[in-house]
Amino acid sequence: MSTLALAIALIFVLIPIFLSKTFNLGLEKDTTIAVVRSIIQLFAVGYILKFVFDTESLIYIFLMVIVMIVAATQNARKKGRAIKGITWKIAATLIFMEVLTQAILLGFQITPATAQYIIPISGMVVGNSMVLAILFLNRFTSEVDSHQEQTELILSLGGTPKQAIHTQLITSIKASMIPTIESQKTIGLVQLPGMMSGQIIAGANPIQAVQFQLLVLFLLLTTAAVTSIMLGFLSYPTLFNQRMQFLKMR
Amino acid sequence: MQTLNRAIHFNRVNFHADEKHILKNITGSFYEGTITSLVGPSGAGKSTLLKLCNGLLSPNSGEIYIKEKDIQTYEPVELRRAVGIGLQNAPMVNGTVYHNLALPMTLQDKELEEKTAKDLLEDVGLEEEYLNRDVRDLSGGQRQKVSIARTLVNHPQILLLDEITSALDRISKHEVEELIVKINQKYNVTIIWITHNLQQAIEIGNYVWVMMEGEVIETGESTLLKSPNHEKVKQFVKGEMD
Repeated sequence: MSTLALAIALIFVLIPIFLSKTFNLGLEKDTTIAVVRSIIQLFAVGYILKFVFDTESLIYIFLMVIVMIVAATQNARKKGRAIKGITWKIAATLIFMEVLTQAILLGFQITPATAQYIIPISGMVVGNSMVLAILFLNRFTSEVDSHQEQTELILSLGGTPKQAIHTQLITSIKASMIPTIESQKTIGLVQLPGMMSGQIIAGANPIQAVQFQLLVLFLLLTTAAVTSIMLGFLSYPTLFNQRMQFLKMR
Repeated sequence: MQTLNRAIHFNRVNFHADEKHILKNITGSFYEGTITSLVGPSGAGKSTLLKLCNGLLSPNSGEIYIKEKDIQTYEPVELRRAVGIGLQNAPMVNGTVYHNLALPMTLQDKELEEKTAKDLLEDVGLEEEYLNRDVRDLSGGQRQKVSIARTLVNHPQILLLDEITSALDRISKHEVEELIVKINQKYNVTIIWITHNLQQAIEIGNYVWVMMEGEVIETGESTLLKSPNHEKVKQFVKGEMD
């Protein structure tokens, strides 16, 4: 695509700005900021990726993955502020996910050990993990808050912290996983996934594009399950002390 | 009072929450096999005091002894089975009355025999057909009865009841009052209960603790509420305090 063609595509930005102004939605400023930021961020990432792909240096690949994990942790922790030590719990979960998925992909030689594969796949894994962590923490804090009486009841009858929080934990894990599972049921029927569409537009063989997309879908299923379960089991013990007393969330 | 064994003893107990001094230097005893009523205005620290006895909370300073043994030496699970608590709103888990009665056993990976469950229901004055009823279909009084029956599954030696009659109608209140006396007599369980109704405290309790602003103002036989010594308690009894 030429730069001129991309510039003409800005029509798709002018349409929402025009509509926002016409219907007094007040979203012109936010839309403009979002577009400017995405242009700058994506071009910056594009140049960085080009540099990393050219050098094929493991250190740069490692640094890029670290940046992704730090940024994702920073974003997700806002939803779990009520849980003590949530930052390192999210970071540990994201690191574990990244190590697990890359170990399987590279260990079984499913994908080549090159920056061109490692970085985009890491981005998808870490990004999806971050969304799952946000969904989980959002639901978990609200479940814990609204079921304090049940938690106290089970403790008062001689239950352990794990028993006292079990229902809230399972409900939150399931709730955070459902969007991933549901969206996969209609994939290809309702929407064509972005990665696959991108590959097809770039001229790749559609079957190969489908194969890569399926790989990503499988990865996202693992990410969904492992992220919510791991984060859940790391988070719930901080809601109790050694005397098995329920600590109110901060 | 001196001849009775102490079921629970508080020694200079203080409890803070969010920098608020909830319980101030509490010292006193509850005696085995007796019923003690905790009375006092809202915010006096009565519920907190019960939760300290059951280990749902721990004091910031001072000691609590259960059966002359420091509460800290009990395993939390062992303590909570020995000192049962009926919580204020009688919280239930989703499901039937049986599910709720069986909960203390389920938590130990054991089953509650149906006959035991029926006997418990009979003890609290509910017919056996309630066993398979959904807890959402129970009235306030029935929920409180199920809650008490559920606490009895662990065979507690001490039973703490947190304002269990406050939201009940007159008839349910009376039934629960009779139930408290029955449990105390049948199982020789030490009962400490919170009530806002002074007449209830006099009729049911052997002893009374009057609490205000985190302090125990006056204790003694429950008849003291008829002629208290402390000026604040006199005002409280006259209804001049909340």
